Amino acid sequence: MTTFLGVPLRRKPDPELRHPNPLRGSESFPQAARHELGNTQLRANLAHATSVIRAKRAAVVNEVPDWEALRDAGSAIKADVMVRLPELLEQLEEKVTARGGVVHWARDADEANRIVIELIRATGQTEVIKVKSMATQEIGLNEALEDVGIAAFETDLAELIVQLGHDRPSHILVPAIHRNRAEIREIFLREMGDAPPGLTDEPRALAMAARAHLRRKFLQSKVAISGANFAIADTGTLAVVESEGNGRMCLTLPETLITVMGIEKLLPTWQDLEVFMQLLPRSSTGERMNPYTSMWTGVTPGDGPQEFHLVLLDNGRTRALADTVGRAALHCIRCSACLNVCPVYERTGGHAYGSVYPGPIGAVLTPQLTGTTGHGDPNASLPYASTLCGACYEVCPVKIDIPSLLVMLRARMVDEDRGRKVPDGWSAAMKAASWVMSDAGRFAAAEKLTGVGRLVAGKKGRISSLPFPASKWTAARDLPSPPAETFRTWWARERGDQS
Amino acid sequence: MRIALFATCIADAMFPQAPRATVRVLERLGHQVFFPPDQVCCAQMHVNTGYLAEALPVVKEHVRTFSPVLTGAWDAIVAPSGSCTGSIRHQQGMVARRYGENALADDAEAVAARTYELSELLVDVLGVTDVGAYFPHHVTYHPTCHSLRMLHVGDKPVRLLRAVEGIRLTELPNAESCCGFGGTFALKNADTSTAMLSDKMAAVKATGAEVLTAGDYSCLMHIGGGLSRTRAGVRTMHLAEILAAEQSTGGAAADAVAAAEASEAVR
Repeated sequence: MTTFLGVPLRRKPDPELRHPNPLRGSESFPQAARHELGNTQLRANLAHATSVIRAKRAAVVNEVPDWEALRDAGSAIKADVMVRLPELLEQLEEKVTARGGVVHWARDADEANRIVIELIRATGQTEVIKVKSMATQEIGLNEALEDVGIAAFETDLAELIVQLGHDRPSHILVPAIHRNRAEIREIFLREMGDAPPGLTDEPRALAMAARAHLRRKFLQSKVAISGANFAIADTGTLAVVESEGNGRMCLTLPETLITVMGIEKLLPTWQDLEVFMQLLPRSSTGERMNPYTSMWTGVTPGDGPQEFHLVLLDNGRTRALADTVGRAALHCIRCSACLNVCPVYERTGGHAYGSVYPGPIGAVLTPQLTGTTGHGDPNASLPYASTLCGACYEVCPVKIDIPSLLVMLRARMVDEDRGRKVPDGWSAAMKAASWVMSDAGRFAAAEKLTGVGRLVAGKKGRISSLPFPASKWTAARDLPSPPAETFRTWWARERGDQS
Repeated sequence: MRIALFATCIADAMFPQAPRATVRVLERLGHQVFFPPDQVCCAQMHVNTGYLAEALPVVKEHVRTFSPVLTGAWDAIVAPSGSCTGSIRHQQGMVARRYGENALADDAEAVAARTYELSELLVDVLGVTDVGAYFPHHVTYHPTCHSLRMLHVGDKPVRLLRAVEGIRLTELPNAESCCGFGGTFALKNADTSTAMLSDKMAAVKATGAEVLTAGDYSCLMHIGGGLSRTRAGVRTMHLAEILAAEQSTGGAAADAVAAAEASEAVR
C-alpha cells in the first residue's frame, strides 16, 4: 500500500507550458467573457458577421421542403454510426488499406502528433501545407511541428489570417470571424512577406494577395495535411467539403497526403452522403452547394498523392461515447450553425470558450472530450455559458438537443462536487430552496420575508442595490418592490377555499 | 370549463398581477378557475442549474398537487408562463426517471399533457382570440425563448393581442433573440447577460412603445429591471394583464388598479 503525499505525479513535461492547450483555456468562461465583451471591434464584427450568415442560412434552409426529414435522417445515421463505431472503423481501415492507404490509430493528441511528425520526417521534408481542419487544431499539430523544426502553412484564407496574426481561431467555420478587413490588411502587410505594397482592404484585393502567396506554397510542397468532413466505411473514401479550392490544391498536388480525422466522422455507406451533402453547406455557409467537394479513396497510381496516411484520432471521443446522453455531441458535423445563432457566442466570440470548439456545441463537446477536474476547471464553467434559449437545437442539422445536453452536463458538474466537505454557496442555496419549494406551507412562510424587500424598496418602489450574490443582478438591473400581497394570500382572502 | 391555475412561484411571490389577470380573463370568458393550495414550483430553477436531486422533491410536490386533473377534478391546468409550462412538459418526467421514479414520471407526463401556457389554452383549447379586452396603449411583444422554442406557441400571443380593442402593436426588432435572463445565468454570467440585455432594451426603445409585454414574468423581470434602471420610460406587463384590461376600468388593467391601491394601503 502506498501513501499519497499530496504531490501530483507528472509523467512528462506539461506541453501547456509552451503552447496554450487547444481544448482548455486558462480562465473560466465568465472571466474570459468579461475581457472579450470589452472589445468593441470584436462586438461589432461579430454582430455583423453572425447576422449576415444567419439570414443566408435561413433563406436556403427555408427553400428545402423536406428539411425536417433530412434532419431526422442525419440524426438517425449518426446514431447508427455511434452504436456500430468499432465495426465501422475496422471496415474503414480494411478498405483504406486495400486501396493502398496506411491507417494509424491515435489514442490522444500526443500520439497523433508523434505519428504525423514521424511520417513527415520519413519524407525528408521540413515544410507542409495544410487544409483547414478542426482535428489538427484540436491536437495543436502546428505547434507540435514547429517544436521539431517543421513549418506548417495554413492555406484556408481565414486560417491563414489567424496563423499570420499569431492568433487563435474563434469560430469553427470562419476562424477569423473576429477580424474585419482593415485588420486583415494590416496583418498581411506586416506578416505575409510578399504582400503587394499598395494593398487595399477590398475583399478581392486581400483574396488575390493570399492567392499569390499561397500559389507558391502549393507548387513547392511535397507534403499536405488535411482533416476530413466524412469517411465512408463501405468504400474507404474520404471527403473534404470547402469553398476556396485551396483544399483541392493540397489534396491533389503533393506527393504525400496525411489526413487526421476524429473517429466519429464516419458514415456507413456512400449513399448516406446524399443526406449530409444537403445538410452541411446550407447549415454552415448558407449555400445550396459548396464550390469544392474533394473525395479520394486510398492511392490512385499516377494521379494525386502517391502516399496516403489516415490517422484516426480518439482524444476523448471514446469517453464521450460511453455516456448515453452525452454521446449525441459526437453527431456534430462542425457546420457551426449553432454558433451563428447563439446570443451568447454573438456577444463573447469564440476565444472566451478557451477551446477550438466554441459556441453551444463547444460547451457540450469540449468538457466531454477533456473530462473535468472539479469546479476550478475552466471547462467546468462551459455548460453554464448558455441561457438555454434553444436557438442552437432549432438550427442543428443533425438535431443535437444541445440545451438538454447542457442541463445534463450541469448536473454532472454538480454531482462531481457533491463530495466536497464544505459545500459552496450555490449548493447550500439550492438545497435550502429545494426544502422550501417542496412544501406550500414553508413557501408561504418564506414569502412573508419579502416584506424586507418592501422596506428596502421604500417609496421609490424599486430595489437598486443588494449584497452579493444578488449584487450581480442589481449591478445593471433594478428589482421591483415585492407586492403587498402574494397571489396565494389574495386568493385565500377573496375566494376562501375554492380549490 | 374547470381550469386549475398554476400561478408559478415567481408570480405568486413577486408578480401576483399575472395570475390574478389570468383568473380575470378566464372567468370573464365564463370558465371556473381553481387554485390548488399545495402548489409551489415546477422545479425549473433547480433543473436548469444542474441540481436534479434537489429538483426531485419539488417535482413530486407539483405532480401530487396537480394529479387530480387525471381523475377529472379539472379539465385543464393553465400557467401564465411559457418557461414553467416548458419545464413541466419537457423536464419533470426526465428528473423522475433519472432517480428511478417511473410511476412519478408517468404521472408527471400525464399531468404535463393537460397543462397549457395561457395563449395555448385560450387559442388551442378554448378556441378564442378575442377575449373582450380594451387597452388603448402602444405595445411591443417579446416572444420569450421557451414559449417560442420549447412550446412553439408561434403567433398565438400576437393573435390575442391584435384582437385587443384600442391597442397599437409594433413589432419588436430581432424579437426572437434571447434577453439574457436564463435563470441563474444572469448571476453566473452577469456580464454576458447584461450585454444581451442592453441589445434587447435598445430594440424595445426603437419601437417607441410604452409597454413591453411577454408571456413570462421572469423575462419581463429581467428586461424590466434594465428598463427601470435606465429610466427608459417603458413599463412591462404580462400578456394576461393586457388581456384582462377592460372598458369598465378605462383601459387600465383592472387588476393593476386594485394592486396599486392595495400596495398604497399597505404603505
